[in-house]
Amino acid sequence: MQHVASRSRRRHKKRFHWRSWRIDPWLTLGLLVLVCSGLVVLYSASGESRYLVEAQTMRFVAAFAVMAVVAQIPPHLLMRMVPLFYLSIVAMLVAVDVIGSHAMGATRWLEIPGVVRFQPSELMKIVMPMTIAAYLSKRDLPPNWTDLGICLFIMGLPVALIAKQPDLGTSLLVASSAVFVVLLGGLSWRLVGFFAVLALAALPLLWLNMHGYQKQRVLTFLNPESDPLGAGWNIIQSKTAIGSGGISGKGWMEGTQSQLEFLPERHTDFIVAVLGEEFGLIGMLLLLLCYLLIICRGLFMASRAGDTYGRLLAGSLILTFFVYVFVNIGMVSGLLPVVGVPLPLVSYGGTASVTLMAGFGILMSVYTHRKSSS
Amino acid sequence: MSQRRNQAPSSSTHHAMSPWRFRFIVLLILMALVVLAGRIVYLQVVDQPFLKGQGDARTLRVETIDAHRGMITDRDGEPLAVSTPVVTLWANPQELPTDKATLTQLAQALGERPADFISRVDNYRNKSFMYLKRQVTPEPAQSVLDLQITGVYGQHEYKRYYPTGEVMAQLLGVTNIDDKGQEGLELAYNDYLTGTPGKRRVLKDRKGRLVRDLHLIRDAEPGGNMQLSINLRLQYMAYRELKAAVAEHHADAGTLVMIDARNGEVLAMANAPSFNPNNRANLDPAGLRNRAITDAFEPGSVMKPLAMCAGLASGKFTPDTVIDTSPGWMVLDHRYTIKDSLDFGKLTMTGIITKSSNIGMTHMALALPDAAVWNMYNAMGLGQPPEQINFPGEGDGSLPSPFSWSKAKRATLAYGYGLSASALQIAAAYTAITNDGERIPATLFKRRDPVKGKQVVSAKIAHQVLKMMETVVEPGGSGHRAAVNGYRVAGKTGTVRKVGAEGYQRKAYRANFVGIAPASNPRIITMISIDNPKGKEFYGGQVAAPIFARVAGKALRLLDVPPDDPHDTAEATR
Repeated sequence: MQHVASRSRRRHKKRFHWRSWRIDPWLTLGLLVLVCSGLVVLYSASGESRYLVEAQTMRFVAAFAVMAVVAQIPPHLLMRMVPLFYLSIVAMLVAVDVIGSHAMGATRWLEIPGVVRFQPSELMKIVMPMTIAAYLSKRDLPPNWTDLGICLFIMGLPVALIAKQPDLGTSLLVASSAVFVVLLGGLSWRLVGFFAVLALAALPLLWLNMHGYQKQRVLTFLNPESDPLGAGWNIIQSKTAIGSGGISGKGWMEGTQSQLEFLPERHTDFIVAVLGEEFGLIGMLLLLLCYLLIICRGLFMASRAGDTYGRLLAGSLILTFFVYVFVNIGMVSGLLPVVGVPLPLVSYGGTASVTLMAGFGILMSVYTHRKSSS
Repeated sequence: MSQRRNQAPSSSTHHAMSPWRFRFIVLLILMALVVLAGRIVYLQVVDQPFLKGQGDARTLRVETIDAHRGMITDRDGEPLAVSTPVVTLWANPQELPTDKATLTQLAQALGERPADFISRVDNYRNKSFMYLKRQVTPEPAQSVLDLQITGVYGQHEYKRYYPTGEVMAQLLGVTNIDDKGQEGLELAYNDYLTGTPGKRRVLKDRKGRLVRDLHLIRDAEPGGNMQLSINLRLQYMAYRELKAAVAEHHADAGTLVMIDARNGEVLAMANAPSFNPNNRANLDPAGLRNRAITDAFEPGSVMKPLAMCAGLASGKFTPDTVIDTSPGWMVLDHRYTIKDSLDFGKLTMTGIITKSSNIGMTHMALALPDAAVWNMYNAMGLGQPPEQINFPGEGDGSLPSPFSWSKAKRATLAYGYGLSASALQIAAAYTAITNDGERIPATLFKRRDPVKGKQVVSAKIAHQVLKMMETVVEPGGSGHRAAVNGYRVAGKTGTVRKVGAEGYQRKAYRANFVGIAPASNPRIITMISIDNPKGKEFYGGQVAAPIFARVAGKALRLLDVPPDDPHDTAEATR
């Protein structure tokens, strides 16, 4: 008895220590392993660019800091701010549409020259589930039709604005984060089925509203070999890179497809193909395992949240993270059409990493601010 | 499910993410990850061989390594044709920068006018390959490459260089810009000279730039070197003299073959006109032909000593047998009139050679069996491809073997008409005279082992004919201008009316001379043929014999041949 008590006290002490910092050690460990492995791959994928790796490292330092800071904020403090966040970001999305700066064929950036340049759509990835969760948590669950209608409106407005930029990847992620909240909110399976059928029926409508290059991506996905030097190039090259890696890979910085510039976007959206080529099946499975552990820990933390708002928000955030992983790896391995979704915490790029880490900060905040009684 | 819904209003906080829903979501996520993992296993295990092949097809290239083309040298190892490393500069016009400043800089480095260069690049803009400059010497090429302009590349090649220039251009021949033999020995022995290109596996990136040498599949094997029998010093001298004579006599062309009298090695083979193989911009096609081997012509009187062999071999004639050649002409077969230049009266067989009497040769030929002269010529290799010469476009000559031997045919053959032969064939036939009756095939390559010839006439007759030929070069002989100071010379002149569209031409001649020196112990045989001399002089004794005197005189001294004539017989004529 005494022995058991002392052990539990010690464990309690230790956990208390972490909880006082509002940081979850297991999730943090998983994220650190992922980020560090990602930097190793990035060094190879960027053609041994120390500059890119250092820049990315600085971003991650900042992102972890953001996570730590966000984790300190009690969920309900943010919840009260939700309407303000939501409306101001929608306003910014409108501003992007009007005065946004242009890059690579799409208008996604809002720039205050010399001060800051960012994508409001990124922020929406966090604010969207917060808004829906905040709304639903004040209603009876499962949501009734009126609630669903309001949720659809809350979701639809920014998603449409983002899709119009055009940024199909982000709008899908934002939409799915909202859908996950509703799903987690206890939407009946019958309605889930109904909406699934509705979504399938809406596909032709979606097709008609797609931009030319988006249609091209879908067509290319269905048959990449139809245009091997044009639209199909990316996917053929990434499949070739992954496949030629085999079981054990060609070795770090030894990937011929990636190092010799055959693989496009190799340090951003297609970075997982570099990993697949250089570290082989073993590397890929370890990466998936790492993501799986992070997601499981996140789901566990979400399930232990103290209230409905926290549970819905945390659950949605971790599920959206999973969608990121699934869409990116599915796209690079040719399972899904090419959508501009980076591999979370591995692909080169700043804003997305910061948003993701802020999301993990919220997750930790939700988990560590729960009533100790539960 | 209904149970959950019933619970919902009562405890909404616990409804969100009920354990079942949670487990279901975890299951979905696991399934999705399994699908991803399955896809990756498919790509990396099942489809791996195909995709690896695809990957290798993009990056692995087999490059050829140019083999060094073999060198051609003279008999002493002096280089006659050598390959030097050069760089060919080329560009991918689609990669070339478009700004004028860079292109101007590149044009200046290439030594071109910027405006011309830019318009040339513009013409190639939609292509992916253009030559900038071919076969540049390595240093200037490196300075162009050092500009580091994107899209500019250098390819290492070899360029053929001929140190002797026009002196022996026709014999050596030429290679084209791709280092393939086009003419002469370069063409005939192209495979031998080329060697085997090597192969190596390399890694190339998307822009085709070489990233890494992976491994050598096969090293390049340099082509074989060829050592010719040519003596470069004799060749220089022979060409110089021939060229001067052709110019002096306003001749169309001229050819000279000097072979070693003992073993048939060609020591010099000169042709005029010639060309500069190192700069073929203003090439005169007439200069390309190696006339000594390719041009067969009617030899005329230079054949008489060979026909004489047949006469002496028959036993019916000795050098002192007397034949009456009066009145200096005769009619054969009621149609053909054969003439001497003068009425020589009674001549010994030696005298017939000395005076070059057609009538005398005719009497001799008619006294022999029908095919006796033909058989002698045939045994000496005339009318057949030269055995050991393998030269593109070689002239085999012709030695027609008629159905019926009319008197005219037997007679004309005996004084060198009715057949054709190249200068080389004639010179080679005379090895029978200089080698105790043993004919030795001529060769262009240095002989290391003694060759066994074919006995075509007895040693005694060979010596007798040689002696007869000496009288030609003595004062009063038709070839007296071939005499060489300090050496005894044997020879035979010939002047042939050239055949044109309407038979023999009135005023077009070929001046021939075949000479052997020193007569006491022959070392060189030289056949000279000057095509269509248009000056006052056109006889073989006037045009070709003096060339022999100059060439043989210098050659014998260059070859350190001891003088065999105590009297300076040539002094008067020089």
